[in-house]
Amino acid sequence: MTEAHVSCDVLVVGGGPAGLTAAQVACESGAKTILLDDNPAFGGQIWRGAKHFRFDNKVLDLISDQTAAQLGTTDEPARLRKMPGWRVVAAPRPGVATAESLSETNSIHFQKLILATGARERFLPFPGWTLPNVMGAGGLQAMVKSGLPIAGKRVVIAGTGPLLLAVAEYLKQCRADVRLIAEQASGSSLFRFGLSLTSHPAKLFQAAMLKARLLTVPYLTDCWVTRAEGKDTLERVCLRQESKSWQLECDYLATGFHLIPNTELAELMGCAIENGCVKVDEDQQTSVPNVYCAGEPTGIGGVEKSVVEGRIAGLAAAGLAQEARKYHAVWRHCARFAGRLNETFRLREELKALSTDETFVCRCEDVTLAQLRECSTWRAAKLHRRCGMGPCQGRICGPAVEFLFGWKPESVRPPVFPARVESLTQADVEEKSS
Amino acid sequence: MSKSFDAVIAGAGIVGTACALELAKAGLCVAVVEPHVVGGGATAAGMGHVVVMDDSEAQFALTHYSQQLWQQLAEELPAFGESEQRGTIWVAADEEEMLEVRRKQAYYNARGVTAEILDAHALAEAEPNLRPGLPGGLFVPGDSVVYPPCVAAHLMRRAQDHGAVLMPGRSVTAIADNGVRLSDGTNVPMGLFVNAAGSWSPELDPGIGVKKRKGHLLITDRYPGFVHHQLVELGYLKSAHSMTSESVAFNAQPRSTGQVLIGSSRQFGAEGAEVEAHMLRRMLLRACEYMPGLARLRTVRTWTGFRAATPDKLPLIGPSPGRENRYLATGHEGLGITTSLGTAKLLADQILKRTPSIPFAPYLPSRSMEHDAHA
Amino acid sequence: MPMPETVSLRINGKELSVAPGTTVAAAILIAGHSAFRRSVAGTPRGPLCGMGICFECRVTVNGEPHARSCQIECMPGMEVRTGD
Ligand SMILES: Cc1cc2nc3c(=O)[nH]c(=O)nc-3n(C[C@H](O)[C@H](O)[C@H](O)COP(=O)(O)OP(=O)(O)OC[C@H]3O[C@@H](n4cnc5c(N)ncnc54)[C@H](O)[C@@H]3O)c2cc1C
Ligand SMILES: Cc1cc2nc3c(=O)[nH]c(=O)nc-3n(C[C@H](O)[C@H](O)[C@H](O)COP(=O)(O)OP(=O)(O)OC[C@H]3O[C@@H](n4cnc5c(N)ncnc54)[C@H](O)[C@@H]3O)c2cc1C
Ligand code: FES
Repeated sequence: MTEAHVSCDVLVVGGGPAGLTAAQVACESGAKTILLDDNPAFGGQIWRGAKHFRFDNKVLDLISDQTAAQLGTTDEPARLRKMPGWRVVAAPRPGVATAESLSETNSIHFQKLILATGARERFLPFPGWTLPNVMGAGGLQAMVKSGLPIAGKRVVIAGTGPLLLAVAEYLKQCRADVRLIAEQASGSSLFRFGLSLTSHPAKLFQAAMLKARLLTVPYLTDCWVTRAEGKDTLERVCLRQESKSWQLECDYLATGFHLIPNTELAELMGCAIENGCVKVDEDQQTSVPNVYCAGEPTGIGGVEKSVVEGRIAGLAAAGLAQEARKYHAVWRHCARFAGRLNETFRLREELKALSTDETFVCRCEDVTLAQLRECSTWRAAKLHRRCGMGPCQGRICGPAVEFLFGWKPESVRPPVFPARVESLTQADVEEKSS
Repeated sequence: MSKSFDAVIAGAGIVGTACALELAKAGLCVAVVEPHVVGGGATAAGMGHVVVMDDSEAQFALTHYSQQLWQQLAEELPAFGESEQRGTIWVAADEEEMLEVRRKQAYYNARGVTAEILDAHALAEAEPNLRPGLPGGLFVPGDSVVYPPCVAAHLMRRAQDHGAVLMPGRSVTAIADNGVRLSDGTNVPMGLFVNAAGSWSPELDPGIGVKKRKGHLLITDRYPGFVHHQLVELGYLKSAHSMTSESVAFNAQPRSTGQVLIGSSRQFGAEGAEVEAHMLRRMLLRACEYMPGLARLRTVRTWTGFRAATPDKLPLIGPSPGRENRYLATGHEGLGITTSLGTAKLLADQILKRTPSIPFAPYLPSRSMEHDAHA
Repeated sequence: MPMPETVSLRINGKELSVAPGTTVAAAILIAGHSAFRRSVAGTPRGPLCGMGICFECRVTVNGEPHARSCQIECMPGMEVRTGD
């Protein structure tokens, strides 16, 4: 059994834009810092697999190319220790996190903790959604970034949120045959959203929309996939827009319904959650002293928000909260954008009616919609039907069930991800003095 | 005022639902009050090992009787009950425990329970993932494994088929001679009251000597074939009997899903339901001592539950002392899944004045509650 | 140290060469398998989230079951088995 421990002033969990920035700032401010991420490489969802990260924003000067490249690739400053391929799975006592890699377990002792655990896609069930080659929008993008050739493949992108456009653009660049982008949100709400962006420095979304248009991919609003079909793998999707319905042959369906903050680790640490997001003060400190949170877990808001919050959290954790205050104005701007995002991409009621009795809602345990209808709470669905009892621990079915039935999943317990038994036997847990 | 019932039961755990079915089958008009989910209390937390035990003659009698009732029930249980007759292996760690193996076998065989001694070789063959060098164990093939919350739900549905009524989302807050008051303000008139509120039962019948005893459990991802039988270390007896505040024992159970359920810990005085890292650690280290390969399996989840412990380790089944028309069906500690079915029979026998299949005197709440010699 | 140009591994016994940095999930798709595993009810499944959360991409890697292939980079000589 492996038993090791390392210690630091600041531990940053998650190496996306928020975590990279936080780690950089904290170690530049003199703190001995550890940055870990469960992926084999840093970058988070957006910068994943990039040779070096480019961040194009003159207004904010948030993170320089050089910084990002340094963090993501070669020489690390002496005060920064990088641990890619490590995942925090438990928090046995205040000031200690248990992390595991593919083969080892490590206890990390810290003074301050910055949670930058990002977001995941929300998935909604519909007939055929469990067929191979039906993937998340970000999921297919990640697959391509990690080596899947997509050139010439027929792809339908469907669901909701700005991510659909970013993914379309990326896949187009990789010479995929993107046949359609189906956005369930209404055209009018998208129009309002687009207008609101002109007052915002983040033109990312607009730019992507423009590009998608330039690249002549059909972009339909008020449109969604009603079912996916195929024998053992995806062959075609059925679509609907108003009274019209039709089929489209494709190799991949990339479908996601906006993002869900990854709040589980924060919950395990005892941080207060409000409206599904980690509650923080203006220094990005959570309700638990010395635990900070930055990026998507505090509210879905895109990369700028993540970077600003990472910067504030990194400075505050390194004892420079005063300096961090100068970023508050920028932060408020980003937060407004976040609010509008979530309004624009609200899910329409019709999506609740897509699944049939036989559609699996919980993919780990194959629990059908009909079985869930017999239950009256999340706990009943879990105890009597095994919904959410599988290895994803309810991360996929939880948000779907919440949308369909309004049930909220229960509290988080260790391990926060499936972990080896040995990781829960690390030596330095608090022995109760009795 | 709502409709009147012959019997109102507080608690839809496995004990309350089993009692509801038994009384409803006998023709009583029954209501079951449950604030949360059917089978969502200790019943959802427990291991679901249906096991014959021999700490005392009374414990043997109730577990043995109950096991026979489980065998009858198994035939009608839906797949969701995950009932499987896996058998238990009591694992001996040393020669001293092998003596206990022999004693236990003689005891079981003398009372008609099949039990086979496994030597070191046979044990290793039966469970290749146990650590090498263990001297042997006792195999009891009649024991089984169930998934308790679904069994409770099944028992409740069957009771409803016989006219019982489930009153969910409410708890019993007060009990008078002729009715109970619920948390939503309703008064339910009734003939008699059964307290089957598990570790919460002292809230309704103060002074009955039931204490909360916390336990931790862990379940892994699916590893079919890693464990074949329900495994319990014989040292378990030391843990279960110890009245000190904390103890752990090796307990591993194969689920029909291929998952491995690992237990268990015992704590007095721990009121919060949170998973405690230090107890979990001790419990897992113990388990890994017996089965080193467990260390590499992936944990999907950990949780805790509260056993309703009595000083003499026997449940309370019968009239609540000094309280007219009120009965107790609680105090089942770590055996309430097993003994729920026997409990329901014995309670109904008393209420309906039927002749019981086994004597109910040892479980009467009015018995004197001295510590027995085992402690 | 110069990076090798390709990494060779075996998927269900068949040799495959991929670019360094390719994940096992991508390699399995390249090898032409879209079904990585069978679900509890026996239906075929492949990757969904691509980020280590859904557990749909589980395969056996070097004898270890339940490995999330989207989180593991291909290594020379790796043995991958799908369909469990
Ligand atoms: C699937 C997906 C694809 C996206 N693609 C795009 C895109 O193409 N264009 C775009 O503009 N925006 C995209 N976004 C949005 C973009 O990710 C965010 O705007 C921004 O990257 C958020 O940065 P972050 O640092 O807050 O989180 P993330 O970038 O999500 O980084 C969080 C990191 O923490 C890791 N992590 C989480 N929990 C743990 C743990 N317990 N232990 C160790 N590590 C952990 C995660 O694996 C992840 O690498 C995408 C989002 C998602 C979910
Ligand atoms: C870790 C652990 C492992 C175990 N392993 C096993 C095993 O392998 N084999 C075995 O046989 N036993 C085992 N047990 C014991 C077994 O789980 C319990 O003895 C059994 O579940 C008790 O059932 P119950 O119905 O009495 O209690 P519970 O299931 O706790 O039911 C009591 C119900 O009463 C309700 N309630 C509470 N207050 C009120 C009120 N005021 N009004 C109305 N309702 C109320 C609660 O909501 C609850 O649903 C284990 C227990 C634990 C904790
Ligand atoms: S694709 Fe979801 S965990 Fe790998």
